[in-house]
Amino acid sequence: MSRGTATDLVYLIAIVGFILALKGLSSPKRARIGNLAGAVGMLIAVGWTFSLPEVHSDTHNLVLMLIAMVIGAAIAVPAARLVKMTAMPQMVAIFNGVGGGAAALVSITEFIGLPHGTVAIYKIAEVLFGVLVGSVSFAGSAVAFAKLQELMTGRPVTYPGQQAINAVVGAGVLALAAATLATSSSTLLLLLLLASLVLGVIFVLPIGGADVPVLISLLNSFTGLAVAASGFTLDSNLLIVAGTLVGASGILLTRMMSQAMGRSLPNILFSAFGSVVTASGGDGQSVEGRSVRTGTSDDVGVLLAYARKVAIVPGYGLAVAQAQHTARELADSLAERGVEVFYAIHPVAGRMPGHMNVLLAEANVPYDQLKEMDEANAEMSTVDVALVVGANDVVNPAAKSSPGSPIYGMPIINVDQAANVVFLKRSMRPGFAGIDNELLYDPKTTMLFGDAKESLAKLITAVVAA
Amino acid sequence: MGPGIMGLVTVFVLAAFVGYEVVSKVPSILHTPLMSGSNAIHGIILVGSMIILGGAHGATQESLGFLAVVLATLNVVGGFVVTDRMLEMFKSRQADRSRAGRSPAPANGASATAKGAAS
Repeated sequence: MSRGTATDLVYLIAIVGFILALKGLSSPKRARIGNLAGAVGMLIAVGWTFSLPEVHSDTHNLVLMLIAMVIGAAIAVPAARLVKMTAMPQMVAIFNGVGGGAAALVSITEFIGLPHGTVAIYKIAEVLFGVLVGSVSFAGSAVAFAKLQELMTGRPVTYPGQQAINAVVGAGVLALAAATLATSSSTLLLLLLLASLVLGVIFVLPIGGADVPVLISLLNSFTGLAVAASGFTLDSNLLIVAGTLVGASGILLTRMMSQAMGRSLPNILFSAFGSVVTASGGDGQSVEGRSVRTGTSDDVGVLLAYARKVAIVPGYGLAVAQAQHTARELADSLAERGVEVFYAIHPVAGRMPGHMNVLLAEANVPYDQLKEMDEANAEMSTVDVALVVGANDVVNPAAKSSPGSPIYGMPIINVDQAANVVFLKRSMRPGFAGIDNELLYDPKTTMLFGDAKESLAKLITAVVAA
Repeated sequence: MGPGIMGLVTVFVLAAFVGYEVVSKVPSILHTPLMSGSNAIHGIILVGSMIILGGAHGATQESLGFLAVVLATLNVVGGFVVTDRMLEMFKSRQADRSRAGRSPAPANGASATAKGAAS
């Protein structure tokens, strides 16, 4: 078997590992072993790559390579090990951004090495695509990270003529790409690189914090495509398949995420959603000056302790307060009293789809106690108490009843069908979408103000005492 | 050398369909690990970065290649470690140590343990 055939075979094994990694995620019980298959595939591919003459023949470069890998791993392992589960979205953003940056660098270096004048035009086009998409993904992910890490405001950043300016920059990038294609000029490529970085930044600025996860998924898909473009440049099936797998799956995931929010992708990307805080539910009816019923933790504790069935609806507030463990303890003490408890998880609860499941899993909540939205809604009319912890928009009935509301059409957890609703909230402030919630003023609703974690801890005491 | 542009395009198109199909069955509770896991897979750019650095001539190409390998290693290692950390936490009630007052939630096929499958 020739070396070339052996390489193809080894890379094919790696590709199968990647497909198994994605396939494993169809069920929680096979997900981890699948991810392991992907990691092994990656290890095999990288290990074999060292044996290629073009990689190891230059000792100086080989030493540089090993140093670079040690640096990368020395930063990545502690970062990935120590990051808090609530900070996971920005971690994914960063790891995605560096991948896009690497793809752009590979394309740039390849461009410099191309024997100009003799290469096919599609070869240059592939390089330019890699540079453009990789840089947009790199810069966009950096801004997304800054937004989620709260290094900058999570609100959409808007300015007059924003759409027009973005369109001009976008057109400029395409024009630069065309000019670089025609002239093969390195100066123009450098300009293209800078313009793509700018495009990545201004593209992400108007997107609000709540929508950033959808954006990260889209940028993840972009990075996949940039990697596939590098694969075309390097004649590598391995890079093409792995990059395209991510590109295609990322686009589908992005679509599923926007569907879960009841909005279209263009609406998420271009509408600067959440920049205006409206005082009314969108139907013109003012809710100012109306009274809400506030309860003490003892009241709520008794209500919970003597309920038959309790649904806990966790939202981002629970994650911020790091209250997932306390929530689980409350559920345990209720279960000890024979109360049936389940968690009703909205697909976009937390900051990414499935983020809440990860947080609750971290707190050792068994995943068969977690019910997805449809399943939870089917049972909601038999629930005695719906305990909403730090969530607002995902239970706001305005999504069903107020056609004028910005969240109209978004699927929600129907806690309004439960016999009693308890909101654990810091204040009356509206949620991410900036929309008031009628349900807070409903007679069957009790408000318990304060930090989610403290309130839950008080509830545990009250339940045990009841 | 190389399979030719149409061979590459064929592979690209087929991979796009595979990627789309494989992911269409992923339940929403696993969307975050999916994003993170696919993020790790595009870290395969590390192989491309190694080829670029291995064949680099001169300081410019060497620095660009060096930076590419650092970034790609971050992507690969960080991506897989974070995904594994997330998936490690998905365990079912049966995997949990015994607890009082269990509610009779139906144990369907999905409630077998992640640990059991992994061992």
